Amino acid sequence: MIAIIDYGVGNLFSLRASLERIGAKAAVTSDKAEIGRSDRIILPGVGAFEDAANKLRTSGLADVVLDEVKKGKPLMGICLGMQLLFERSYEFGCHEGLGLIKGSVKPLEGAIPPNLKIPQIGWNRLEIVRPECPIFKYSADGDYVYFVHSYYGADCDESVAAYTEYGKRVTAAVWNENVYGCQFHPEKSGEVGLKILRAFSEIN
Amino acid sequence: MITKRIIPCLDVKDGRVVKGVNFEGLNDVSDPVTLAEYYSDCGADELVFYDITASSEGRKLFTDILTRAASRVFIPLTVGGGISTLSDFDRVLKCGADKVSVNSGAINNPDIIEQAAKLYGSQCVVLSVDAKRVGGSYRVFAKGGRVDTGLDAIEWIKRGENSGAGEIVLNSIDTDGVKNGFDLEMLRAVSDVVKIPVIASGGAGKMEDFLTLFRTLDRVDAGLAASVFHFDEIKISELKRYLKDNGIPVRI
Repeated sequence: MIAIIDYGVGNLFSLRASLERIGAKAAVTSDKAEIGRSDRIILPGVGAFEDAANKLRTSGLADVVLDEVKKGKPLMGICLGMQLLFERSYEFGCHEGLGLIKGSVKPLEGAIPPNLKIPQIGWNRLEIVRPECPIFKYSADGDYVYFVHSYYGADCDESVAAYTEYGKRVTAAVWNENVYGCQFHPEKSGEVGLKILRAFSEIN
Repeated sequence: MITKRIIPCLDVKDGRVVKGVNFEGLNDVSDPVTLAEYYSDCGADELVFYDITASSEGRKLFTDILTRAASRVFIPLTVGGGISTLSDFDRVLKCGADKVSVNSGAINNPDIIEQAAKLYGSQCVVLSVDAKRVGGSYRVFAKGGRVDTGLDAIEWIKRGENSGAGEIVLNSIDTDGVKNGFDLEMLRAVSDVVKIPVIASGGAGKMEDFLTLFRTLDRVDAGLAASVFHFDEIKISELKRYLKDNGIPVRI
């Protein structure tokens, strides 16, 4: 069973529906025992980093997730959920993340040419730099996925599994041992996204 | 490189798609879920469901359809029509919408944009604007384009962006239904002054209109249309191939 961490951030309907579609059992939950029983975890999230990080900590779910990761359970962060895996974010100040991925989250503003829209909204290609990454088992270099974000994972070269081109090479996915992160929304990326979720659901 | 998006819009009344003809292989073209799946399979980049129902029974049918569509189609879904309160946002987001489009609701209560953006994030809030030329400027019209609000469209859209809208849908009443191409002049005026994505609506009649749109206006991010897709005058799969062959970045 995949535990989709419910910490009061974002809309989890599509994520649950997409996992059901690929035949994976999933539960939207904030119950520590249920998360403990799960065999893998998804950390979703939209909105502001500080608010989400605070909710994750005050609910005690940050510690639960960190404990489970330490035991070797696969974890995937999606969108803001990926950003929360980093050491810190410079979104409106400087805020501490879970520290599972080395690096910082920084604004696209100033990092990409000014003619490009912020947020990046829409379909962009994956440049898969670590094809051995288990979540890309069924993916191909150049696959299109759906992005919505104004901040991006920086200073994390050693963990990047895929980039996307948006005025510069922007982190699209990260991987460090049993921790995975997607800046894009696999649950909104059509068949390509479902393949990524399927691959994650099959990681041993 | 980010791709230009093609977005079909489905008008739904009492649980049925209002416009539609027979597509080969589709039994029921007026079933919104069937049509949504078909468009998604054809390569639509997003879908808009526009609720034109007036009755509460119709509203219930609409959210049921939305739930079914969001369980079967895994591309972004925007919902519009009759959105005027935060509880309207809540209602459709819970049923699987990713973005919510406000139009008249924001004109009546401009604070809704900021409130919704704070609560759900800017990525959720689409400001949809029906605009028309009046005496040398662009004016915002309400109630499906029937009522002149007196608001200057450029100012209104800038205000919407500052309040936290994440995208703009600009529908030109002047070109809507004419099928002679998008309103490039109006779209340029808007896309020059906002930083957020702009979705063009109104006027698409043939594939060339989309090519002209994206070639002329680099700052327009997507093209939205309804009847040309529903009446099978333009096939989305062919349109995207055509755009790609002509150098426009699209997802295929």
